[in-house]
Amino acid sequence: MVKRITVLLLLIGIGAIFAALLLGYTPDSELNYTARYYADNTVKDTGAANIVAAIVVTYRGLDTLGEVTVLFLAAAIVGLVLASSSHPQGRMRRDRPASGELLVIGARLLVPLIMLLGVYVFVNGHLTPGGGFQGGAILASGALLMLLGDPLKKFSHRLISMVESLSGLVFVGMGLLGFLYAGGFLDNRVLPLGTLGDLLSAGAIPIIYSFVGLKVGAEFSSMLVNLSGTEEL
Amino acid sequence: MAYIAMATGFILILIGFFGALTNRNILRMIVAFTVADTGVNMVIVAMGYMHGRTAPILDVAVSAAQAAARIIDPVPQALVLTAIVIGVGVTALMLAYTYKLYEKKRTLDIAQFTELKW
Amino acid sequence: MSNLFIPMTVLLCASMIVAGLMSIWSKRSLPIVMLSSGLVSLLASVQYLLLAAPDVAMTEAAIGSGLTTFLFFFVLSRVRGGTHHG
Repeated sequence: MVKRITVLLLLIGIGAIFAALLLGYTPDSELNYTARYYADNTVKDTGAANIVAAIVVTYRGLDTLGEVTVLFLAAAIVGLVLASSSHPQGRMRRDRPASGELLVIGARLLVPLIMLLGVYVFVNGHLTPGGGFQGGAILASGALLMLLGDPLKKFSHRLISMVESLSGLVFVGMGLLGFLYAGGFLDNRVLPLGTLGDLLSAGAIPIIYSFVGLKVGAEFSSMLVNLSGTEEL
Repeated sequence: MAYIAMATGFILILIGFFGALTNRNILRMIVAFTVADTGVNMVIVAMGYMHGRTAPILDVAVSAAQAAARIIDPVPQALVLTAIVIGVGVTALMLAYTYKLYEKKRTLDIAQFTELKW
Repeated sequence: MSNLFIPMTVLLCASMIVAGLMSIWSKRSLPIVMLSSGLVSLLASVQYLLLAAPDVAMTEAAIGSGLTTFLFFFVLSRVRGGTHHG
């Protein structure tokens, strides 16, 4: 009881701070200096139509590298922590009831379409809303549907880890190419900028974003496969 | 409209904190942290909203020349993109550790784990 | 900007708060709590679209509402036995 009252008092205090923040907030009417720079110079500098994608990949590309590293750490730690759990034994696998026919046939129909949607989202990341992270999550959802339709299917960990490592290498490699051929690390002018709105425009942004999408999709899939590999005792 | 969304974000943060501090089942605590995460992201995106303007994507409707007069601030959206992905990474880590704790002691009640208490 | 945005925002935010309250109420069973957090994520994704942030809306829908709920239910099915006699 005392604990609950303390918690409520703490929350009332934090709520008072939030209320003060809310009352003192006035929305802007003009873009501030940084946003105006991004709005005016994105097309000249990077040639991308999606300003948020240009910021995430080019202007603040180092943050994206850090985020991809954190995701890699999370996937690796999940694999490490769950690796020494008991693996499904042969006899327990036979006790599992078969998935319903609707799920199996529906999965076979939908998984290619979902993968195609994921690839479409990250290939067009510089033109329309979307990009690497969304496309990668959609790819992982396709992998999850495959896993649900056939729970005993063994996913090849080697394939997933090879896709992930190669994508990470290509990402850093394109960044280093920026040192040699253009302004600096992760500069996207190593490839020609092209015309605004084309699929093959915006320099290296489609390539970087595609490999980020593959890497994120592989990481989420490996997390899901590890979690489903543990078995009820 | 930004005020309503911001107030909702703050209320979700408070709800998430309350759930994380008063529940005893570890899984319920993780769910409360997820709700608080969503609240924080909502506050940040609501800060970038400006009345009467549209999304920061250049296409047929918004050309490159009129971009500075018609789009909203793109920087909070880039920050929240990163934050959402890292939030799900942290949640996956918490769930993996929950499973290992359950394997060791067969209970999900956080009061039973007393090794670090003094 | 259409003048339907403000009533839609009010409706979405009220539903979000109700779903958030349901997700911490400890009398409910665990699957309902996890589904409520997925519902908060889904409503937040629509709200992001109304706040002119389509990238964030897509990310929240795919990752926050989809993958997080899946992860919760995976782990729940692995620890199901314990909460009945633990």
